[in-house]
Amino acid sequence: MAIAKVCGIETEYAILVRGAESNPVAASSVLINAYVSGVLRKVGWDFEDEQPGNDARGFRYEEVFAPEVETQLVNAVLTNGARYYVDHAHPEISTPECRTALEVVQWDRAAEEIVRVSMESAWRLLNDGSEIVAYKNNSDGKGNSYGCHENYLVDRATPFGRIVGQITPHFVTRQVFCGAGKVGSEFPGSAAQTVPFQISQRADFFEEEVGLETTLKRPIVNTRDEPHCDPQKYRRLHVIVGDANMSEVATFLKVGTTAIVLAMIEDDALGNDLALANPVSAIRQVSHDPQLKRTVLLREGKRITALELQWALLERAKKYEHSHGLESVGEAVGADVLARWETILSGLENDRNTVASWVDWVAKERLINAYAERHDLRPADPKLKALDLQYADLRSERCLARRVGLETLVSDEDVRIAMTQPPTTTRAYFRGRCLQKWPDDIVAANWDSMVFDIGRDPLRRVPMMEPLKGTADHVAELLDTCETASELLSRLGS
Amino acid sequence: MAERTQKQKPTPSRTDEVVTEATPAAPQGEKLKAELDDLLDEIDEVLETNAEDFVKSYVQKGGE
Repeated sequence: MAIAKVCGIETEYAILVRGAESNPVAASSVLINAYVSGVLRKVGWDFEDEQPGNDARGFRYEEVFAPEVETQLVNAVLTNGARYYVDHAHPEISTPECRTALEVVQWDRAAEEIVRVSMESAWRLLNDGSEIVAYKNNSDGKGNSYGCHENYLVDRATPFGRIVGQITPHFVTRQVFCGAGKVGSEFPGSAAQTVPFQISQRADFFEEEVGLETTLKRPIVNTRDEPHCDPQKYRRLHVIVGDANMSEVATFLKVGTTAIVLAMIEDDALGNDLALANPVSAIRQVSHDPQLKRTVLLREGKRITALELQWALLERAKKYEHSHGLESVGEAVGADVLARWETILSGLENDRNTVASWVDWVAKERLINAYAERHDLRPADPKLKALDLQYADLRSERCLARRVGLETLVSDEDVRIAMTQPPTTTRAYFRGRCLQKWPDDIVAANWDSMVFDIGRDPLRRVPMMEPLKGTADHVAELLDTCETASELLSRLGS
Repeated sequence: MAERTQKQKPTPSRTDEVVTEATPAAPQGEKLKAELDDLLDEIDEVLETNAEDFVKSYVQKGGE
């Protein structure tokens, strides 16, 4: 049976400095430091076990990443189990490991709030009228893209070739409900006149079907093999093809449907007949067709629309629910994913206005079209691109996504809790609780271990190689009853 | 498999069966249209004052 689909999202936020000269690396550092210095003692990230050059196809790229390790930049672990750091020239937050798509929504929203609080703290800290503003999108409209990556735990025993072949049709077509929408095109040769609006922020940037890169020649399936857990048992599928969503339902379905499709692949319940003949051109073609009418060619010779391909995946997922159950993605959450998946495909097919409160690109397109009509603007008018960018402005008073009536799945109170508390359902619970309780005794932390300094040599590393060990069920009582980190370590037997 | 999928194209009645109480249906189009009109009435107050400069200055480094 498919293993638990432990999952998470890492988002690189765009950053602008208004009212002062600044470079984005420095601004990102200021932003994060303003938050970290305000709310907690900083615990650094531990790079001991990071191996981003490992390739899932079984070889290593020594030269790909070596010169660029950003250990000098700000890099903090938060008490909710998340990592908040500067990546290249962007502030980035990785959510803690979550057990379900609904938890991912909760901690992704918490990440947004953390960035929002960071902006306010930085404004007070700078105290010169200048302002650092973050945006939750994936492209500047000038050919520069930055990512919103998902991660899913998969069984090492599943052949990687099967994952690549069978997940690709979903990655090419899921954008019909989780695309964030974009004014214009950044694909060389397509002018704004021919693509005034497209479904996805990211589709213009994909050039390969499969590969290790993330910053150039981006592949639809990324092969980074860095499981951050027991490598004999698990893979972490690192997904770079998605858009950052403002809509909670879009995030929920992006992660929820992908987790179900991956479970089906693990159980060999999906099949190869939906494989696309040309995935790279198809992902762009789907994105450039908001009417959802054009067809893509399957390898076996048939042509179908992106919606038809999604209907085929949904039908198989419903059969899979009957035959295998959805325990691997959480039964209740999985059932909700299937119900909403069906509603959203029906809505897109019959009257997309009915799903404008769920689908970012539809909400954005409606806003832009209505604004253009009222003010009689041509498609290339910069006012429309400004609306596109401002949709993702994280300042509450400026954010257009907050004004278009998007449905929420998580209450404000639960978002507030998730800013400081970890999920109870994964090893993030152990990480977060330890950081809350003994911040002065922890010298470093990363996904699969924590390093304690309890005043005696040597430093003590606690390995956390199982993503589902260290949950509240396992260790809440232990953590509650330990007075000191030293007591914790001796009771853990390390 | 794909042949069968074609035959199972959705009908409105099938959608109705699946939308359970636990899954709220998306709001109706007319209500959203009215909300969109209201939004357009007030939106100029929050929009960037100089759209052209804003768009021009919005430059990011590639990431990931």
